[in-house]
Amino acid sequence: MNNKNNWSLYEVFVRSKQGLSHRHVGSLRAPDEEVALQNARDVYTRRNEGISIWVVKSELITSSQPDEKAEFFEPALDKVYRHPTFYNIPSGIEHM
Amino acid sequence: MLKKINDTNKYILILIVYRFNLNVSTLGISEGTMNNQQQIFDQKIEKDISIEPKDWMPEAYRKTLIRQIGQHAHSEVVGMLPEGNWITRAPTLKRKAVLMAKVQDEAGHALYLYSAAETLGADRDDMMDKLIAGRMKYSSIFNYPTLSWADVAAIGWLVDGAAIVNQVALCRTSYGPYARAMVRVCKEESFHQRQGFEAMMELANGTPEQKQLAQDAVNRFWWPALMMFGPSDDNSPNSAQSMQWKVKLFSNDELRQKFVDNTVSQVLQLGLTVPDPDLKLNEATGHYEFGEINWDEFFAILAGKGPCNHERIEARRKAWEGGKWVRDSAAVYAQKRQQQSAAQKVA
Repeated sequence: MNNKNNWSLYEVFVRSKQGLSHRHVGSLRAPDEEVALQNARDVYTRRNEGISIWVVKSELITSSQPDEKAEFFEPALDKVYRHPTFYNIPSGIEHM
Repeated sequence: MLKKINDTNKYILILIVYRFNLNVSTLGISEGTMNNQQQIFDQKIEKDISIEPKDWMPEAYRKTLIRQIGQHAHSEVVGMLPEGNWITRAPTLKRKAVLMAKVQDEAGHALYLYSAAETLGADRDDMMDKLIAGRMKYSSIFNYPTLSWADVAAIGWLVDGAAIVNQVALCRTSYGPYARAMVRVCKEESFHQRQGFEAMMELANGTPEQKQLAQDAVNRFWWPALMMFGPSDDNSPNSAQSMQWKVKLFSNDELRQKFVDNTVSQVLQLGLTVPDPDLKLNEATGHYEFGEINWDEFFAILAGKGPCNHERIEARRKAWEGGKWVRDSAAVYAQKRQQQSAAQKVA
């Protein structure tokens, strides 16, 4: 969705330090990618919160629908055997 | 026959039952989508599960949040004005740098909040237009002038201190994006309050004239800071609904009491006094009891009759209209560059 000035909405992802993944921190408006990056730096990393920033236009993100949450995630619901706690191991067995 | 069912079959059975339940609920939706959606929403609120942007929510909940988050964002923007007024006249380079950082933070806080309002379908430009047209409100505190440098210190310490009490409570508000914005704001706001207190301390420990400036600022800002929490509970018509939706988790009077309890000893430790002859500690409850707030003054300012209402809106109008060419040219430049890079790809 664009506003009257055609400033698009961007989602901002910040990597706080080497070894961690980029994490969604919020959104902002900007006329283009370059300004979006600069604005993201000013808005979301004023206190050394990041060493790397991704910005992506919100409209380019495809998301699952909350209304269909039950059906969408259903395949994972009934497979308790995917969890280690499903299996009974005698108490004497170690390193497992 | 049931005895024969082994583990694998048991899970298939669960799956079948689960599917059946799903069908039942699907039928329910066709009978009364509204009721079902409302029930799901109510359950989430009851169980303290955040409401997220694409979740169904009652229209009144959405409207209340847009109004509240929008007002909150506007307060951050307008809040830059009384302090910005002193950037060029801050007493030292250190204080100037600190004040600029604080004012920049307020702009950042406004941006987090406008983004949160946008997730509810509000339009940022539209909110700005409404602010300038006087159709959306902002915190009444920013309609008071900053007459001396001590007022800037008082704003950081008392006004941001009051805002923190309010915003810490909002970190657990039911709407996810609002709560997350509040977490970020609270992290940053702590510096605002501390720098204000420190600047105040310097004045309070300074010459008699400086100490008098500090006391005057406390006298001017104490009562308006108490008013920041809004009307008393029995005179706050929207509060009950907001509490029910867990948009608000504490009442205006509860938060105001917390601020008074937090702050009185800070005033006394500065060697200053609280401008309230009725203020006294109730030993039994451990809470301070304080005098009657001048609600006529509060409502007059809300109605636009404060000392700086006109000036604040006028400053916002000038900034918004004066910055239009920058916003427009940035958009045109972005469009042009996009066309150029598309043309290059074709060539």
